[in-house]
Amino acid sequence: MKVVSLFLVGMAIFFGIIGVTYWFTSYEDAGFLMLIGAALLGLLPGSYYLWWAYHMKLQPEEDPDAAIEDNAGTVDSFPGSSIWPFILGMGAMFTLLTFVFGLWLAPIGGALMLSALIGVTVESRRGGAV
Amino acid sequence: MTTTIERPEVITPEELGGPDGHHPDAHRGDADHGHHEGPSGIVNWLTSTDHKVIGKSYMITSLVTFFLAGIMAVVIRAQLLDPHTSLVSYQTYNELFTMHGSLMLYLFAGPFAFGGLANYIVPLQVGAPDMAFPRLNALSYWLYLGGVITMLSGFLVAGGAASFGWVAYAPLSNATNSPGAGSDLWLMALALTGFSAIFTGVNLVATILYLRAPGMTMFRVPVFSWNMLVTAILILIAFPVLFAAVVLLFCDRHFGTHIFSVQGGGSPILWQHLFWFFGHPEVYILALPYFGMVTDILPVFSRKPVFGYKGMVFATMSIAALSTGVWAHHMFTTGVVLLPFFSLLSYLIAVPTGIKFFNWIGTMWGGQLSFQTPMMFSIGFLLIFLVGGVTGVLLASPPVDFMTHDTYFVVAHFHNVLIGTAVFAGFAGFYFWYPKMFGRMLREGLGKLHFWFLFVGFWVAFMPQYLLGLHGMPRRVASYAPDTGWTTLNVISTLGSYIIAFSFLFFLVNLVVSWRKPVPAGPNPWDGHGLEWFTSSPPPHHNYTHLPPIRSERPTWDYNHPEHRTVVHKPKDKKSTSPQGDKQAVGAPS
Repeated sequence: MKVVSLFLVGMAIFFGIIGVTYWFTSYEDAGFLMLIGAALLGLLPGSYYLWWAYHMKLQPEEDPDAAIEDNAGTVDSFPGSSIWPFILGMGAMFTLLTFVFGLWLAPIGGALMLSALIGVTVESRRGGAV
Repeated sequence: MTTTIERPEVITPEELGGPDGHHPDAHRGDADHGHHEGPSGIVNWLTSTDHKVIGKSYMITSLVTFFLAGIMAVVIRAQLLDPHTSLVSYQTYNELFTMHGSLMLYLFAGPFAFGGLANYIVPLQVGAPDMAFPRLNALSYWLYLGGVITMLSGFLVAGGAASFGWVAYAPLSNATNSPGAGSDLWLMALALTGFSAIFTGVNLVATILYLRAPGMTMFRVPVFSWNMLVTAILILIAFPVLFAAVVLLFCDRHFGTHIFSVQGGGSPILWQHLFWFFGHPEVYILALPYFGMVTDILPVFSRKPVFGYKGMVFATMSIAALSTGVWAHHMFTTGVVLLPFFSLLSYLIAVPTGIKFFNWIGTMWGGQLSFQTPMMFSIGFLLIFLVGGVTGVLLASPPVDFMTHDTYFVVAHFHNVLIGTAVFAGFAGFYFWYPKMFGRMLREGLGKLHFWFLFVGFWVAFMPQYLLGLHGMPRRVASYAPDTGWTTLNVISTLGSYIIAFSFLFFLVNLVVSWRKPVPAGPNPWDGHGLEWFTSSPPPHHNYTHLPPIRSERPTWDYNHPEHRTVVHKPKDKKSTSPQGDKQAVGAPS
């Protein structure tokens, strides 16, 4: 955790420095804003992880001497198989194609996306295929 | 249906009565860990959330786009064979080079690495049962496939596919200069594949940060997985900007805005800023995964640990950071960018890249090299990427860039970089991990024929293009005047492209042969280092039933070669002793 948080905070510092340098040497706003955006992308999760790195007990994956059994038990529940990502992906495709070919495609895209959103939510709640 | 995953059990050499003669999988042959109740066939393909199935789907789809884009490249080269060839119309030619670039960059090189190989290999390398968000992972693939279908369908609509180049510069890409549904389909395809990449990036970050096995500290994560972490963060920086730019361009085309048009008070240069703020990190999104593959392959075939592991990781971080600050080196000739800033940062990238090169050479130096197909492709990568990198340093110099901008010199440079990485290192990775993914070997002889034809074809195709560029031949032209003196070099280059195309026949035959007459691979055919070689080939559902103790960046090697392990296992009650302590144990086996 500490390694990654330092990496992200370091990234934020680097982009912050070159962003400010870029602004005062070019006064070009698009690039400056994007560099500051990139700095924030590092700073927000990086500082959060850094805080936790000092407030959390050493996790087995961070402990160089950890044994595999230190992590015994359940990892998590992983979804088995689900049709909803496919439905959602196709729904997203048809929805975007609406912008190219016209509104007649919107009901198809909308219906697919809506059914996928309901399906995946219910699937997650029940913990099984719907 | 959800599955509750129990942690894998530990397995130690002592439990097996010593590692000699006991491969971990000898212990597991009778286990039913590979048994998984679930759908099969096309239903499995449509519904699976297993990273291995999704990774293979990604790889197959991206290889199809690779071959389609390759066919387009051959048609482009055939058109340029001599000044009088009129194989395709100028409009079709424009569509072909646009789609060649778009398919190769957006739909092959990136997805093959981060959606295909990384999706399959990263959870195995860090000891995870799956990606952190399996259904999001599946959604990534379907968005990607949607993007592929959308982009290719441009050829079927009136007016043809997009024809403004893979960079879609304004004002060429506006509704007046590029009317038709093909251009809009291109934009929508980018939106779909962009989100697919972002979701895969999120998934990779979460998997590498949170699903590592005990003992797999960040500085024991294999360099390929490290590079994928850094690549994923670059994706999160770059692709949202691309999506924003695509939305703005679409608004310009259809909703009457003037964001990129001078007439309405907008700025075409803004498109270039937005596009290249995505586009240059994108080059490293395409390169870093392949650097990682080579970094994992070279030690295995040199029978040594990787030289300068931490140096490699820091070099990856430096390259990624610098690559985000150099976008306008593609815009030197616009005359409105800060030349010293972008030139200096571009030069600086040569330093971490140089560190990587020295470490790759250091890894091979004094090792017991064995020249199997993955190693051959990795060495091919080193040679080709070196030339691409050196010409990149040349182009970072504004005076040189002014002279060669938009000429075939630049075309040759980026093909040197991208074929070095995505093709040579990519196929190195494919040949290396194919036994793990499919449980069967590819044939060495056919693999080497593939390598040699591709390697020779590459130099024949692209070296003349440097000269053509220096002689002033512009890129993206469908013909040239006979008195320019460019004909001979174009003929040689086209011949090279035919050799490259021919080389892939060996690859396809190799796949067919390995499928028809399988040679079982076993869990660890290359005597590999990473955790992925510990499990069976192909791995069972959720990857591991047993894990070895992880005490270095090459746990499988340590397990199989206790006399040469990188770090001797330290019991938990001796934490005061440095886990990196026993350096005398490092070394290649005799």
